[in-house]
Amino acid sequence: MAKPVNDIKPGKKPLSQLIRRDSQLMLMFLPVFLFYLIFCYLPMVGLAMAFEDFKMGSGFAGVFSSPWVGFRWFQQFFNSVFAWRLIRNTFLLSFYSLIFGFPIPIIFAICITQLRARRFAKTAQVITYLPYFISTVVVVGMMTNFLSPSSGIVNQVIKAFGGKAINFMGMPSWFRKLYVISGSWQSFGFNAIIFVAAIMGIDPTLYEAMKVDGASRWQQIIHLIIPMISDTVILLLIMTLGNLLNVGFEKVYLMYSPAVYETGDVIATYVYRQGIENKNFSYASAVGLFYSAVGFVFVVSSNALSRKVTGSSLW
Amino acid sequence: MTALAKRTVHKPDSFSTESAGDKALDIVIWILVLFAVAVTAYPFLYVFSISFSDGAAVARGDVWFLPRGFTTETYSMVMGYSQLWTSYLNTAFYTVFGTLANMVFTCLAAYPLSRKRFFLRRKLNFFVVFTMYFSGGMIPTYMVVTGMGLYNSRLAMILPVLLSTYNMMICRSAMESVPEDLFENASLEGASDWYMMLHIAVPLIKPTLAVLTLYYAVARYNDFFNAMLYLGRSDLQPLQIFLRRVLLMSSAEVLQSAGTAAADAAAKNTLKIRYVCIVLAAVPIFCITPFVQKYLVTGTMLGAVKG
Repeated sequence: MAKPVNDIKPGKKPLSQLIRRDSQLMLMFLPVFLFYLIFCYLPMVGLAMAFEDFKMGSGFAGVFSSPWVGFRWFQQFFNSVFAWRLIRNTFLLSFYSLIFGFPIPIIFAICITQLRARRFAKTAQVITYLPYFISTVVVVGMMTNFLSPSSGIVNQVIKAFGGKAINFMGMPSWFRKLYVISGSWQSFGFNAIIFVAAIMGIDPTLYEAMKVDGASRWQQIIHLIIPMISDTVILLLIMTLGNLLNVGFEKVYLMYSPAVYETGDVIATYVYRQGIENKNFSYASAVGLFYSAVGFVFVVSSNALSRKVTGSSLW
Repeated sequence: MTALAKRTVHKPDSFSTESAGDKALDIVIWILVLFAVAVTAYPFLYVFSISFSDGAAVARGDVWFLPRGFTTETYSMVMGYSQLWTSYLNTAFYTVFGTLANMVFTCLAAYPLSRKRFFLRRKLNFFVVFTMYFSGGMIPTYMVVTGMGLYNSRLAMILPVLLSTYNMMICRSAMESVPEDLFENASLEGASDWYMMLHIAVPLIKPTLAVLTLYYAVARYNDFFNAMLYLGRSDLQPLQIFLRRVLLMSSAEVLQSAGTAAADAAAKNTLKIRYVCIVLAAVPIFCITPFVQKYLVTGTMLGAVKG
């Protein structure tokens, strides 16, 4: 039996003793470990096929036996006409979503906390966050049907005012706007929850102090609320930046059609078409690896930025 | 608790006593909030009203707010499709068992990683968090899952998504906030880690677990991606795949599968059929989500503020 003194520095104990002491914790974690190993780390090993001429038929084991071709698929991708278009579309969709989507929840949260009718404010909050939980299929389905040139409500209104029906979903010039607006529509209420909580956490005596000094409510918003929530805002902004390139595959896939590839096709959907539909597994993996690598750089830098600016990193 | 909450929340002066500038601000705020609520709620109201309206009124473009010529005939028609029920049942299966597995795995991961004395804690934390930085991507994952023989298997909807690292981290930080004394005392009395997880950690973080259950359940209910990749057989496909066919593709296929004389009438009602399906898909979500509302802040706060 170890003496209690030794318990303070577990690192000093021999490994066998540590294993015996924490065996239950290890046993608990074992299924989780296997999950990560099989569904997260094994695919990383499988990325080797990006450097191989992988042939179907031998299954995943083919990763270990296919001939090595080096950077051939990467060269093919970057020399193709698609590379620039895909990178540009992926970046712009995320960038516009951030610029347009990030401020709205903050403004909404400030508005909703300023309402005197608390019960209405609560109801308004529930209504606005509900769309967040609706599936992408339903959201895109609603959008497509509302915008349909023949029967959609939007074009009915346009026609009622004497305009000509617009085929929104079939026009490259509309794709980014629709993607960004519908995304913001779906998530602004949910994203506001955290800002509402931050604003509600402000000490009420601070408002009183400002009022005594003759501050208007607009000044309270500018000089009290915004500084008080700026930490949360910066933290979430950095977090969003880290995931900037994570364009939702599902939504683009459900929204786009060959007619709007010019603005709508993103790296993830291209990988899907090349890999799953055309069975060019090696080529698609290479494009996917490029995408993952860029994503990695974004997350690492945003984390470093977070540590520097807010003093706390996410992990 | 409520008294405390009321006292600590700031409330502005009443409208009648405030200055003209503040009144103007109030009006602007009201307009913005009402606009936000209208923009969010109207699409659902419109879909709902169309789904209950008479086909002729819909065709004339008479329906704007409330149902015109109230009828449930489209509902009876849609509910006659056997594929709807098959996919609904499949979704129920994936949601119930998927969420259950999610919660078990989340706790099994979060508890060991929250124990400060666990000698592998730092290493395993890195092992887990690294998957948020980097992933093998769609194609290698697809190869692994199909290589395990999971194509056209119900397990393909559960195993690849057993755990969300982000949700697990929310659970972990909730468990870390449980006072250490509780574990120490239990440990001195000879409690095992299994006992402490089930009888100390889990009961004390129930609000967080409620929110995580909601997140997982919604994710399983809405899962389209895995179904599209791994389920080719229509008797296994979930509701979202069915919805995609009805909402986004020509509904001819769905109508033919009805295989009756009603198909002709149905062709004229494509729009109504689509909106009925949206209502049927959204109802479970709208029924469950408001129940965990009071916990929602806890769950989201922990995730974003503490990692």
